[in-house]
Amino acid sequence: MTGTALPEVLAGALIVLGGAFALVGSWGLVRLPSLMERLHGPTKATTLGLGAMLVASVVWFQLGRGEWTTHELLVSAFLFLTAPVSANMIAKVHLHRLRAGEAGEGPGPAGAPDAPPGGPDWATFEAPHEGTPGDFEGD
Amino acid sequence: MTGGILESALTFGFAALGLALAMNLWRLVKGPGVTDRILALDTMVINVIGLIVLAGIAGGSGTSFEAALLLAMVGFIGTVAYAKFLLRGDIVE
Repeated sequence: MTGTALPEVLAGALIVLGGAFALVGSWGLVRLPSLMERLHGPTKATTLGLGAMLVASVVWFQLGRGEWTTHELLVSAFLFLTAPVSANMIAKVHLHRLRAGEAGEGPGPAGAPDAPPGGPDWATFEAPHEGTPGDFEGD
Repeated sequence: MTGGILESALTFGFAALGLALAMNLWRLVKGPGVTDRILALDTMVINVIGLIVLAGIAGGSGTSFEAALLLAMVGFIGTVAYAKFLLRGDIVE
């Protein structure tokens, strides 16, 4: 292997890795039995795959063309920050709709998730605490 | 000989993301719950960002990353808006 081939091989390997992870994440979205399990695929595997592709882009533009770009790092930082937040929001919606018995919301083979140990119930079902943004009583 | 490596990797990446998008679309149509559909839309946005990044590498322009960043932001805001609407019956209170 010559020195000029290194950027192509590195970027190509990262692209293949990213494509494989994205495929695994979406396959998990199709294959897994309930929403709480299905959340795992897109939030972890697909985000990691996209991170690999963004690193491949940085490597390719830096080593192959000599241009230093930072947009990709911005995109990956934003995605790695927002993926857990949106997954948390979706899980909260699922818990509320599951308890309300909405159509289409199945608990999955393991049954509905139990309340967390050491607490009365999931925090999303509690009334807002005094002085927090969700507390409209004292307005 | 070395010219084919990146092209082959890009072809594999495009094919993998296209197949992933097809699977997300299946979950979007099938459901069964509203939360499944929100999750499928969120995953579709992430996969389309991957497509834009790969197109930027293939085209060599380096200008497509603003589109990727914009789509990342709009996708996140859309997911949170769907979830907020289902949780509270309103988006901006």
